[in-house]
Amino acid sequence: MLNITSILFYAFSIVLLGAATMVVIARNPVYATLYLVLAFFSAAAIFLLLGAEFLGLILILVYVGAVMVLFLFVVMMLDINLARLKEGFLSYLPLGLAIAALGVLELAMVYWTAPMGHIPAPAPFPGNYDNTRALGYVLYTQYLYPFEIAAAILLVAIIAAIALTLRRRSGTKSQRTEEQLRVQAKDRVHLVDLRANKH
Amino acid sequence: MTDITAHWTLALPEIWVLSMACVTLLADLFFAEKLRDIAAVLTGLTLLGAAVLTFMLMGQRGTAFAGMFIADPFANVINLFSYLAVFLVVIYSGRYLRERGLYRGEVFVLLLFALLGVMIMASGGNLLTIYLGLELLALSQYALVAMYRDSLMATEAGLKYFVLGALASGLLLYGMSLLYGLTGSLDVRDIAAGLVNVTGANLVLVFAMVFITAGIAFKLGAAPFHMWLPDVYQGAPTAITLFLASAPKLGAFALIIRLLVDGSYGVMAVWQQIFIVLAIASLVVGNVIAIAQGNIKRMLAYSTVGHVGFLALGVLAGTLNGLASALFYTVVYVLMSLAGFGMILLLTRADFEAERIDDFKGLARRKPWYAAMMLIIMFSMAGVPPTVGFYAKLAVFQAVIEAGYVWVAVIGVLLAVIGAFYYLRVIKVMYFDAPEDAAPEIARDDVAAAFMSVNSVALLILGILPGPLMAFCIYALQGVI
Repeated sequence: MLNITSILFYAFSIVLLGAATMVVIARNPVYATLYLVLAFFSAAAIFLLLGAEFLGLILILVYVGAVMVLFLFVVMMLDINLARLKEGFLSYLPLGLAIAALGVLELAMVYWTAPMGHIPAPAPFPGNYDNTRALGYVLYTQYLYPFEIAAAILLVAIIAAIALTLRRRSGTKSQRTEEQLRVQAKDRVHLVDLRANKH
Repeated sequence: MTDITAHWTLALPEIWVLSMACVTLLADLFFAEKLRDIAAVLTGLTLLGAAVLTFMLMGQRGTAFAGMFIADPFANVINLFSYLAVFLVVIYSGRYLRERGLYRGEVFVLLLFALLGVMIMASGGNLLTIYLGLELLALSQYALVAMYRDSLMATEAGLKYFVLGALASGLLLYGMSLLYGLTGSLDVRDIAAGLVNVTGANLVLVFAMVFITAGIAFKLGAAPFHMWLPDVYQGAPTAITLFLASAPKLGAFALIIRLLVDGSYGVMAVWQQIFIVLAIASLVVGNVIAIAQGNIKRMLAYSTVGHVGFLALGVLAGTLNGLASALFYTVVYVLMSLAGFGMILLLTRADFEAERIDDFKGLARRKPWYAAMMLIIMFSMAGVPPTVGFYAKLAVFQAVIEAGYVWVAVIGVLLAVIGAFYYLRVIKVMYFDAPEDAAPEIARDDVAAAFMSVNSVALLILGILPGPLMAFCIYALQGVI
């Protein structure tokens, strides 16, 4: 029986799988990155269908909006040699396929041994159910303490990243914004009193 | 559901340290140009305030934040010793950091965050908080090690530490996930209850214990998970090595108590066997390989592996006496290595690291009091009476024999004797060798020297009167077992 939700689910799943395949086999790294964006987008849509709208939106905001833009920047900035990149693709293919087959086999074993068919569908959520509110409620009550520690860890990561990378080496030509902003007219123009034509 | 904010005051020291770390970060940003010492002074004030808060809460038992936070005497005691350790690190390392352009606010802020990580581990009641505390500590440590960008060795050490540390975290997490799969809970007390009917024959339990113990052993630096330790101790700036050898070891001991004793005391037989292997391997590796070292930081790193072996002896006894003696050993180790690395810091100059054993040649003639302090420190590390190192080893051996592992104790004593050689060699170099001609004059650093004196003399006094410290350690662990 196909209702609209099932149709959407299968449509997004097919797009997701296709995009994920293209990420691996696309020749141009920029295309591969764009396919990854498409894959994230389809995954976000599936999250929405499953009633996890918060996760879906976060996936788009954070991954598509920020992380993938960063990826694109990096891919565009690096001088990637396509021929070198594809070298050895065929020689690694058997190993890759073997690992993929192993993964499929494991999934199949889980599917056939676990009572998948007997698990009842989850009860429908009440009308006023709000995924974001439910998540926020748990995060700020039961998990308040770990949540705060995670914030401290992120702060440490920021401090460490800046402290380790931001340093002024003498001899390099770099822009010093704060000195540019602090500049005054008298630093720029030096008026010299030239007495013309003494004789 | 009960009110989540109930009993939040139990976590006041943690909240204070976190807030003050942020204050230090901002204050350093705005006032560092005018007040160079502001970050160091604020760090000192933070530690003082935290100590006052911990004293006020001393002895209170309870949980907060839905059982994620445990307040008990053990956490109080670990916290107090960690404050002391970080305080001494700040005192000893000031001149060294200034001379190398590392006297920056970030160093002190990261020290405070690392301290916070230790505190969170010490009072973690849930696998989630314990792991997050560990990561907070580890991330701060990686950054601190790599902070000295002008040194290739430090950068290499930072990277090695980061990669291997991530691996160890993975091992620990895998063990935790198995434990969760076995008991269905992340809460340490629920895990203890869930393991009641699980025996050592359960393969999942064995795997969980092996992975968790491996993760802890890595953080402690126990052989065969010690590979990172010599490279990191040698490569890191000495001031940071000083820190690595202090409060983080207390944190690693807290991991043992929270994960293995609080959580899995019922299945002690499983992790006890792993600890026997760890202890013997650490004793052998630490005490034998240290003999071949010419770099004193590397020698002290191997000596750390050896000390961890002794500490593990106390843990494998598993009794109240055993764990108390292990805690005693940890505290004493922290005091000794603070003094040992502090002495290296005292001898350094702007362009001279004083990290070869040869740099100590003839110290007795150049600076008799420094040589005398180093004598006490080395005697204490070797375990020569009447220093506290002797009593710490004695207590550990007593506990192991009481627990019925006489053969393990015999191996321990034999290796302690082998280990004594390289400590005594430092003393021989100081007292019987002529100073090297090129040895630079020793810099004046009165404040650090004064604290070093107290620290070294404390090793002697605690050796003569170990009772109060031991009673304190037993008090800490009484509620745990």
